[in-house]
Amino acid sequence: MSSEGAPRTAEAGPVIPPLPPGYTYATVSDKISSIVLGQRRRPGWFAGFAFSFLLVLLLFGAISYLLAKGVGIWGINIPVAWGFAITNFVWWIGIGHAGTLISAILLLLHQRWRTSINRFAEAMTIFAVSCAAMFPLLHMGRPWLFYWLFPYYPNYMKVWPQFRSPLVWDVFAVSTYFIVSLLFWYVGMIPDLATLRDRARSKAKQIIYGMMAMGWRGSAIHWSRYEMTSLLLAGLATPLVVSVHTVVSFDFTIAIVPGWHSTIFPPYFVAGAIYSGFAMVLTLAIPLRKFYHLEEFITLRHLDNCAKVMLGTGLIVAYGYVMETFMAFYSGEIFDKYMIMNRMFGPYWSVYAIVILCNVLLPQSLWSRRVRRNIPALFALSLIINLGMWTERFMIVVVSLSRDFTPSAWGFFIPTRWDWAVLVGSIGLFVAMFYLFIRYLPAISIFEMRHELAKEKEGE
Amino acid sequence: MSMEDFNNEPLDLAAIRAPVTQSKSKRMWRGLADLAQTPESQKFRNDEFPHEPVKPVGLSRRNVLKYMAASAAMAGLTACTKLPAEKIVPYVRPPEEIVPGKPLFYATSTQIGGEGLGMLVESHMGRPTKIEGNPGHPGSLGGTDVFMQASILGLYDPDRSQVVMRDGQISDWADFAADISSARLDWQAQKGAGVRLLTETVLSPTLTAQVRAFLAEFPEAKWHQYEPCARDSARDGARMAFAQYVNTIYHMDRADIVVSLDADFLSSGPGHVRYARDFALRRDPDSTERKMNRFYVIESTPTVTGTMADHRLPLRASDVEIFARALATSLDVSGEGATPTVPKSIHDWASALARDLQAHRGSSIVIAGEQQPPIVHALAHAMNERLGNQGKTVAYTDPLEAEPVNELESLRTLVNDMDAGKVQTLVVLDANPVYNAPVEFDFVRTYLKVPQRIHTGLYCNETGSLANWHIPATHYLEAWGDTRAYDGTISIIQPLIAPLYQGKSAHEVLAALNGNPEASGHEIIRDYWRGHGTAQSAAQDFELWWEKTLNDGVMAATSLPEKQLAVNLRLPNATPSNKTEGLEIVFRPDPTIGDGRFANNGWLQELPKPITHLTWDNAAQLSPATAERLKLQNGDYVNLSLAGWKLGAPVWISPGHADDSVTLHLGYGRTRAGKVGTFTGVNAYFLRNSREPWIAHGLQIQKTGQKYALATTQHHHLIDVDATQGGDENAGPQREGESVQAFARDLVQVATIDEFKKNPDFVHEGVEKKEHENPLSLYPGYPDTGYAWGMAIDLNRCIGCSACVVACQSENNIAVVGKDQVLRGRQMHWIRVDTYFRGGVDNPEMYSEPVPCMQCENAPCELVCPVGATNHSPEGLNVMVYNRCVGTRYCSNNCPYKVRRFNFLLYSDWETQSLYGMRNPDVTVRSRGVMEKCTYCLQRINAAKINSEEENRYVRDGEIVTACQQACPADAIVFGNINDKTSRVAKWKAKQRNYGLLEVLNTRPRTTYLAKIRNPNADMPQDSAGASAVDGTRTARRR
Amino acid sequence: MPQIFHPSTNTISRVSIYGCVVIVAFLSFALYEIGQSPYYTEQNIPQPQPVPFSHRHHAAELGIDCRYCHDTVETSAFAGMPSTQTCMTCHSQIWTNSPMLQPVRDSYETGRSISWTRVNALPEFAYFNHSIHVAKGIGCTTCHGRVGTMTLTWRATTMQMSWCLGCHRQPEKYVRPREQVFNVNYAPPPDQLALGRKLVREYKIQRLTSCDTCHR
Repeated sequence: MSSEGAPRTAEAGPVIPPLPPGYTYATVSDKISSIVLGQRRRPGWFAGFAFSFLLVLLLFGAISYLLAKGVGIWGINIPVAWGFAITNFVWWIGIGHAGTLISAILLLLHQRWRTSINRFAEAMTIFAVSCAAMFPLLHMGRPWLFYWLFPYYPNYMKVWPQFRSPLVWDVFAVSTYFIVSLLFWYVGMIPDLATLRDRARSKAKQIIYGMMAMGWRGSAIHWSRYEMTSLLLAGLATPLVVSVHTVVSFDFTIAIVPGWHSTIFPPYFVAGAIYSGFAMVLTLAIPLRKFYHLEEFITLRHLDNCAKVMLGTGLIVAYGYVMETFMAFYSGEIFDKYMIMNRMFGPYWSVYAIVILCNVLLPQSLWSRRVRRNIPALFALSLIINLGMWTERFMIVVVSLSRDFTPSAWGFFIPTRWDWAVLVGSIGLFVAMFYLFIRYLPAISIFEMRHELAKEKEGE
Repeated sequence: MSMEDFNNEPLDLAAIRAPVTQSKSKRMWRGLADLAQTPESQKFRNDEFPHEPVKPVGLSRRNVLKYMAASAAMAGLTACTKLPAEKIVPYVRPPEEIVPGKPLFYATSTQIGGEGLGMLVESHMGRPTKIEGNPGHPGSLGGTDVFMQASILGLYDPDRSQVVMRDGQISDWADFAADISSARLDWQAQKGAGVRLLTETVLSPTLTAQVRAFLAEFPEAKWHQYEPCARDSARDGARMAFAQYVNTIYHMDRADIVVSLDADFLSSGPGHVRYARDFALRRDPDSTERKMNRFYVIESTPTVTGTMADHRLPLRASDVEIFARALATSLDVSGEGATPTVPKSIHDWASALARDLQAHRGSSIVIAGEQQPPIVHALAHAMNERLGNQGKTVAYTDPLEAEPVNELESLRTLVNDMDAGKVQTLVVLDANPVYNAPVEFDFVRTYLKVPQRIHTGLYCNETGSLANWHIPATHYLEAWGDTRAYDGTISIIQPLIAPLYQGKSAHEVLAALNGNPEASGHEIIRDYWRGHGTAQSAAQDFELWWEKTLNDGVMAATSLPEKQLAVNLRLPNATPSNKTEGLEIVFRPDPTIGDGRFANNGWLQELPKPITHLTWDNAAQLSPATAERLKLQNGDYVNLSLAGWKLGAPVWISPGHADDSVTLHLGYGRTRAGKVGTFTGVNAYFLRNSREPWIAHGLQIQKTGQKYALATTQHHHLIDVDATQGGDENAGPQREGESVQAFARDLVQVATIDEFKKNPDFVHEGVEKKEHENPLSLYPGYPDTGYAWGMAIDLNRCIGCSACVVACQSENNIAVVGKDQVLRGRQMHWIRVDTYFRGGVDNPEMYSEPVPCMQCENAPCELVCPVGATNHSPEGLNVMVYNRCVGTRYCSNNCPYKVRRFNFLLYSDWETQSLYGMRNPDVTVRSRGVMEKCTYCLQRINAAKINSEEENRYVRDGEIVTACQQACPADAIVFGNINDKTSRVAKWKAKQRNYGLLEVLNTRPRTTYLAKIRNPNADMPQDSAGASAVDGTRTARRR
Repeated sequence: MPQIFHPSTNTISRVSIYGCVVIVAFLSFALYEIGQSPYYTEQNIPQPQPVPFSHRHHAAELGIDCRYCHDTVETSAFAGMPSTQTCMTCHSQIWTNSPMLQPVRDSYETGRSISWTRVNALPEFAYFNHSIHVAKGIGCTTCHGRVGTMTLTWRATTMQMSWCLGCHRQPEKYVRPREQVFNVNYAPPPDQLALGRKLVREYKIQRLTSCDTCHR
């Protein structure tokens, strides 16, 4: 089908605009692999990586002090016994949803436009989930005993984890999700690793990529097995996208704390996760396509689609807020009523204001096509939504705890410099890992792009 | 098995014996380290010294090791660390009756606040570990107060003075003895002219005898007594009324009407522990034989006594006299002296009260407060006589003090003599005048004029550090002595442990002054009583009598006989009202650290002060209205100036405080208290002059614009005042925001006695009965082992004194965390006493509610713990397994009562050797990163169960007494087996007043409460507290 | 384009993949074994003592009752360690100048305690009570092994929580008649289970597996 036909046929399933004429398999490979194998120095990359690495060092510093001193270096207290750590955990896990969604669900839905963004979206997932996985460990009073959360047998105490506790469910949900996403990502990369292996000039690179490529020769049988595997993994990953954040939301809904104990949490957490996930995809994609001149691969159309997904999920989240408030008054429960009033007008009212502003009001501008196609605006929005979603988690965790059932035990949470250090540090870790990724692995799936090219050539 | 442990590592006293100079430099280092450690606390605090015993992080070897341990731990190595090799060190010759692993109890007593209090002290392998009340002692009846409970920490306080110091150099007793014996020669030469003894109020017969002997030998020498919070006005009041010193005893259990004229008799002053018990007896609405008493309180500062009032009238302390006169007039007490015209409101109140009193002649009590001038005391005596209470509810005896004096005047003479250079030698026994003498005495200057200054005390304090000779005193648990209870009953102070350091008791020091430095305290006391024994001691064999006396903890039949006295009152004219205009300032001993002697006691420093819930600080308390008038908010740092003396202090707004009156508690601002107490709070003695020692006038307040971080454990004011910055008109409802919610949530259930009679089941309105029969739970019930432990707390009896909090801390090795940590909301108390207000901020009703763990049957905490570290015992306890806890803190989040406590940092002191001895070996000392909580004193339950099992029987009712229950002076807490329907707790729980907190959550708490019943007088003026009680329950019902 | 990898790489890669699995399995197994090996639990390792005291000689051969030295075992949590005086009741008469007993005599003269090496230890957070176990018919040798055969004493069991639970879950397997508690040569009868069930009923023995039984 011809290029001018493409944008119009929305009902025929979104089709990416074809690559501009002149692209051959070779040039596609060149273009993408040159980012990895290219000889020329990239001072921008180096500066960015160096900065994020500093933040990683900050993180390590904060963690060492944490282990030496105890969680008391944070602002947590009784009643607010969970603070930044859990907030960050939920936030990162949420971000880690977009990748799998894109690669798995959109794959099953034959959304071809995903092709050029799924690779780094998956990478983002892996990194986000690793950042997230760090926090449940760190927030423990005695982290060195973390393995008591696993059913390890035999043990000398004859005691077991308590499976009634959502925290134990978390352990399984998150680790499963991490493993599956990792496999999916890696398997998806094997053909490209082979490409890199073949194109690499230095022996070292050949060997390293060679080992990672696991002897991929691109034979027909390889390809058929590959297709089978990725389909299987996609099938596995799809339910996980829903399950993980559902289980995470159980951490709250199972408890009786007003503001936590709510049946709406699972859907609204999952929607929120995808919401923040896509926001993060945009936050990464926009600079990426700019600095590496990938505008032809990651087109406005991609950004536009992401924006639409954000708008949709954002509306679900907004619905969640409305329902929470409605149910509080509808139920007539004094505790819930007070919880909502406290969120809106209590000492933490500003948090609520930020949440509504960033997650509900501003994103409404995405209704307009002009905004969706305006790169700077989109970038700004993606950052705003990331901020908003973090604040939402803070609101749920901290504000609910700060004033619950017994007024005499009401309290305050004031983050310390160490709270901030860990948060900023984890962002640094995430960014640093991403820098390494784009430098040493193909940020866009080479063979799938060639596949698209093939389809075009066949005039499909 | 800590007891073997204790054997393995005997107290390393050598290590403890560090020169004061060193410890000082160390303290400094700590201070800096702490500051560095907690940056964000700085934006709150503007005092340079942190007050925390929490170990700071610093690059010491120990910390480096900690780091390594932590990282090693991360590597999961803890899984394969071996148990450390231990040693067992048995006795060479086993002592009698000590069974390793079984505690022993000894009766002893101590003198606190002008009375002797009897106690039973638990001793593990020779280490006193816990103090309990002595049921046989008239002043205790088994109850205790916060000071008794916390005094054990004083014994093991590492900051205690440990060596004899001469001019700042380490010396010893022999040296001192030599010096004294040479000095005695000079004294003999001039009959002791220029020799002065300064003691605190002396009740001890033996000490009195020793002092008299000394004075007999040196007739020119003089004896002065001074305590900053002495009972001068009570003594002078008695003088005024009866022309002689007498001691007054009240029979609260016989009184139908009690009127307190600014008297905090439930939490301070002689007999307060006993009075609390007797008073509680008369607050039982269910009782058939005793009808509930009615309690009127006229006071300036909200006190725990005030919280018990049926009618409370906040009145400037200086107006209480006017009120007293008005009341006396309406009771037509004879006596000259013009009564000033009183405001109508006061007049109505007084006359209504008078009618009630008239209706209860012979069964009423009028008490005047220690801080009130003599005239008020005199009036109180007169009114009691007029009402025919004498001999019925009020009794008079000879004074407890052998030599009652006006101590302020006594000190004044001493100071004048010192100033005039008439004093060559000053011997200070325990007193600390350099710190607590009235400011205009300028004690230090005159003190330093004395060539030979001898001080003995527990600490090398402000006075001791300026003395030529400082002799470390023995703690009362280390020394022999004797004292008198509030009714004169004599009790022997017997030691439980040999002096840890080079301490000497006051008796031994005086013996040295009397030329007998070798005499042991034991001999001194025994010899005295061999001579001055009572009738029986003469009758029977002394040894038997002595044994019995020691064993019982009281000397039989030694209470002072009652006297019949006639009041002969000549009223002086009322103080002209112009003198009392403007702001007044009221000085009171601090509710938790007293007059300052307990400043270095971490438990008491961190104990939330009743009503205000302040810790680690005192503050200038004033009423909301006054605060608004002066544009002051909580935590504003102000300059108080009085008669030319200035003092900076933080402001605390306390609802129910009298207007135009400022209360500042004494005891803070110590400069040589020790690591814990030095530089906490502000020193009120800097404002206190001898002319107006209690109630001073003409106070000026200037705002400095600075803020001061006050650490409270219940934030009701702090939060809401912050929230209402600027908006003062709605400050009222805002300030009690918490309390309004508390009543809306039925956390406190209140009714007047009439409402209760009308609707006895009022506490259960809106709560379905059904929940109680069938547990609404998905999970199967727990096996019934015959025991089901439960607790009931009678809000009608509880006076909110917090003795239970300290008792719990002592019993369960609970750590002190320090002001900075309290500021972050990390206090560790397993039981807390909540305060809620109702009915407007100017004169609210105040309710105290002790909150331990509820031990829910459907416990939310249990099912969220990922490792099962907290779970349900078959007997219904929520047990907490510290060594299983990984510290996710999920359980605390899910606890609706927030009674769980977490070791955010390493709070327990693992380093101070001397504290090891104090710990209860039957309770694990928690380390960093684990949750902890109340377990109904599990160690006591298990001990009793093992006992009964071995005797093949069930645990008897009352055999297990939890620490809080034991300590309670008002007997407001009952614990036991609720399966046994005959048990006391089951009976309490069967009462209609019985309700649980947040029952709507179906947590099914095992700890329940008996609702508060008030007994207001219908024909009182409406503006008083009682008025709002009438519509009280409506407020409570609101949902 | 030249081959990067030698054909043998295929084998190597396969081996390394399976190798990893095997190694992980082995390590976890080894860790567990070490965890309950005598090296870690000090089970069956005779402890050197300042005086080479032989339970075999005193308890078995001379037939001195356990309670003669461990005198608080029936009344207290702590079984009690004999004071020097207790040793000297006999050894002031016999073996009065045996060099082995020199430390005992020294202690008696100087008043400085003998410091024995602890053989049976529990962690601080586990609260064990001897008296109740004795009262319920749990024999000394059930936990402390055949002390009658020990010349130098050693820890006879792992004393790990799983071991405690073994008995707390099935006391009938271990309980013995009260009069046999201090018998160092007691051998359970063939019908132990039958006897055990009887005694459990008789002595009102509960299966206490709630945490608060030992931890507080």
